[in-house]
Amino acid sequence: MRAFAHLLDRLSLTSSRNAKLTLIRDFLATTPDPDRGWALAALTGELSFSAAKPAFIRKAVEARMDPQLFAWSYDYVGDLAETVALVWPAKPGANREPELSEVVDALRGASRAEVQRLIETWLDALGADGRWALLKLMTGGLRVGVSSRLAKQACADFGQVAVGEIEEIWHALEPPYGDLFAWLEGRSERPSPDAPGRFRPVMLAQAIDEAVDFAKLDPADYAAEWKWDGIRVQAVSERGERRLYTRTGDDISAAFPDVVAALGFDGALDGELLVMRDGQVAPFGDLQQRLNRKTIDAKLMVAYPAAIRAYDILLDGEADLRALPFAERRKRLEAFVAAAASPRLDLSPVQPFETWDELAALRAAPPDGDPRIAEGLMLKRWDSVYEPGRPKGPWFKWKRDPHLIDAVLMYAQRGHGKRSSFYSDYTFGVWREDEAGDRSLTPVGKAYFGFTDEELKLIDKFVRDHTVERFGPVRSVQADLEFGLVFEVAFEGLQRSTRHKSGVAMRFPRIHRIRWDKPSREADELATLERMLD
Amino acid sequence: MKPQDLLCPKPAGLYCPPGDFYIDPVRPVDRAVITHGHADHARAGHGVAAATAETLAIMAVRYGEDFAGRQQAVPYGLGQGFTLNGVEVSLVPAGHVLGSAQVVVRWKGMTIVVSGDYKRRRDPTCKAFEPTPCDVFVTEATFGLPVFRHPDDAGQIAALLKSVVQFPERAHIVGAYALGKAQRVIKLLREAGYDQTLYVHGAMERLNALYEAHGVDLGPLAPATTSKTKAEFAGAIVIAPPSALADRWSRRFPDPVDCFASGWMRVRARARQRGVELPLIISDHADWDELTDTLDELRPGEVWITHGREEALERWCALAGIPARALRLVGYDEEEGE
Repeated sequence: MRAFAHLLDRLSLTSSRNAKLTLIRDFLATTPDPDRGWALAALTGELSFSAAKPAFIRKAVEARMDPQLFAWSYDYVGDLAETVALVWPAKPGANREPELSEVVDALRGASRAEVQRLIETWLDALGADGRWALLKLMTGGLRVGVSSRLAKQACADFGQVAVGEIEEIWHALEPPYGDLFAWLEGRSERPSPDAPGRFRPVMLAQAIDEAVDFAKLDPADYAAEWKWDGIRVQAVSERGERRLYTRTGDDISAAFPDVVAALGFDGALDGELLVMRDGQVAPFGDLQQRLNRKTIDAKLMVAYPAAIRAYDILLDGEADLRALPFAERRKRLEAFVAAAASPRLDLSPVQPFETWDELAALRAAPPDGDPRIAEGLMLKRWDSVYEPGRPKGPWFKWKRDPHLIDAVLMYAQRGHGKRSSFYSDYTFGVWREDEAGDRSLTPVGKAYFGFTDEELKLIDKFVRDHTVERFGPVRSVQADLEFGLVFEVAFEGLQRSTRHKSGVAMRFPRIHRIRWDKPSREADELATLERMLD
Repeated sequence: MKPQDLLCPKPAGLYCPPGDFYIDPVRPVDRAVITHGHADHARAGHGVAAATAETLAIMAVRYGEDFAGRQQAVPYGLGQGFTLNGVEVSLVPAGHVLGSAQVVVRWKGMTIVVSGDYKRRRDPTCKAFEPTPCDVFVTEATFGLPVFRHPDDAGQIAALLKSVVQFPERAHIVGAYALGKAQRVIKLLREAGYDQTLYVHGAMERLNALYEAHGVDLGPLAPATTSKTKAEFAGAIVIAPPSALADRWSRRFPDPVDCFASGWMRVRARARQRGVELPLIISDHADWDELTDTLDELRPGEVWITHGREEALERWCALAGIPARALRLVGYDEEEGE
């Protein structure tokens, strides 16, 4: 438990992806089975217990200490699991610290009443960090900033294999993954990926470089499709097993029972998960209502009906089609979707074109209907086989040009890791006019990339030289009608948001250009943004 | 006679009317007794400054040789101090930093102990706290909440050394207060067997030398100057004042891992707020258990709480049946308090 607790502790404060990979890889290399497997299951979200409700934990600690002192402590720390971990008054003469696997075994086998008794003995035996890890594990959700993709990448680094090889077998594996580690350590063969309903690693597109690539490419070689603004999914129905995966192999079936129920076919499709009403695509914000949920209630399903817009087929019945050229697969896909005749499955149409110029014009002014809210275009070579990873050449994405606005830097926050001595996270605002006609800045977004290291140094200096107030790691900088730093901010889309004071939320904002020359009063108005709402 | 006749809070600090002196005054006074060298307790400009020889030496390093009209060195030990108008003043070790002392004030059969800042656990860079029976114990409460329970420092140092092995391409910068914490961290690293050169920020060099002159061997140290290239600091441990972590100063190091040696690091939100990647929970103040265990051990007739989180410690005293009150002295740092 101690090694697992130490790992969680470090991960929770580490922001760099590479550093997280190192921490997890080292943990896997130095922790024995089955503990490392249970830890991996916890990190990938395959293992969570709701064995202890917060109310129970609170009652247990208040039985041991003055409730007033506990209340002050909780006020100060702000997080129940952490507070209890810190204040827990252990009874003397506790048993030895439990191993992670002992905790997992007990939680899986014990009755609710037994669990509550066990929790107290474990809390007595563990140190503060161990208690924190235990409580995180038992109240569900580690929240240490590790995606299941990252955890799998760390496994891949540990075994020096490609992450796709792990993704492909992941759903045939069960915690604590003894067979996986045996393979990664070269002690046995790779576990079989043949389980029905498994995930197949996906093929990804390169971003096109307009200046270089088009001159070399023949438009006749490529099919064009709209790039839909949902999330990429793989829908599998195989020998009765139905699964919906993200492009990194996370199983999201439980959050989309409506879609899974409609997978009345035998095969594996690659497509976009979208909210669709009467065959019409809704903006990404609608889909967002249904993402990142473990389960879902019926009301949300009715309000935000999800469906799949298919653009490739990997498996037709028992036939693996991945080695066929895209043109062949497309024909099979069209027939497959037609045969499925499902209201929650349609086909991403191929957009005909003759020349790159013609396609560029379409991209700049999409036709009415769904293409209007597409993210841009996809180009796929007619002869491309379905190759996992991101090969250069067969597939390109050609995104719509981003929206641009001029906004004024209002707050800057220190970054993490490499950037911890730099003010590198910027909150920017645009002008809003009140009833009296006074103009003031209202924050509309936050960005922390899009600039070079040289530009970062200059902005950092600007922030330090023009600080008005400091709040911990945040500085507010001078930003008014007379003076301020203007950023040209690029973003992909804009949605209404009740969580932001300005009422709008940007998708994927980044600093496009620094307008050292532009007077702050000439930055954009909130009204300009409101007109851009999706 | 009431204890308030012997010591009472005034705007400048704790004042002793019969002896006519202050303890750790926050502004210049005629006569001051100083518990230890941290800047919020030891200020320049007093008429007479009485303290341990070590504390006087620290003040001289920080403020210059003539920081007071007259310096009065007081040896450690009950009855080894001095008497003013019948008030007997002694200094006994407080275990906080080099030279730190509790002030024991005796008058007409009454004893008040002003602990200053203190801790109870072992510290290889200073003398250990000596409990002294008293009628009134004046305590700090910097970490006066049950959430502050500092772990064993050896475990914290082990976590640092493990991280240095895990990230050999990065530099580890340990934020540590220049007086006390820095030298303790260095000494703990040496005790853990780390014998390589430690790089130190210029602000700590003179205090490091002072500690060495008082017999605390810190091993090989070198200034963390820019004469080395970034790559040469890969795998190095650098000790710097906490403020330097966020400063442009730290840009000379390769992808630094920010570490911060402080009791505040016990709470994750504090570490996150400061952008600390590796918190080291090492404190020179008593944690909750040390505060309450000390009160339990001394069982004074009354407890006065000078600064920190008074309400929780007052509550604990009430539950333990020890009369307590908060003095609400101002001028002592609670947050950044060294």
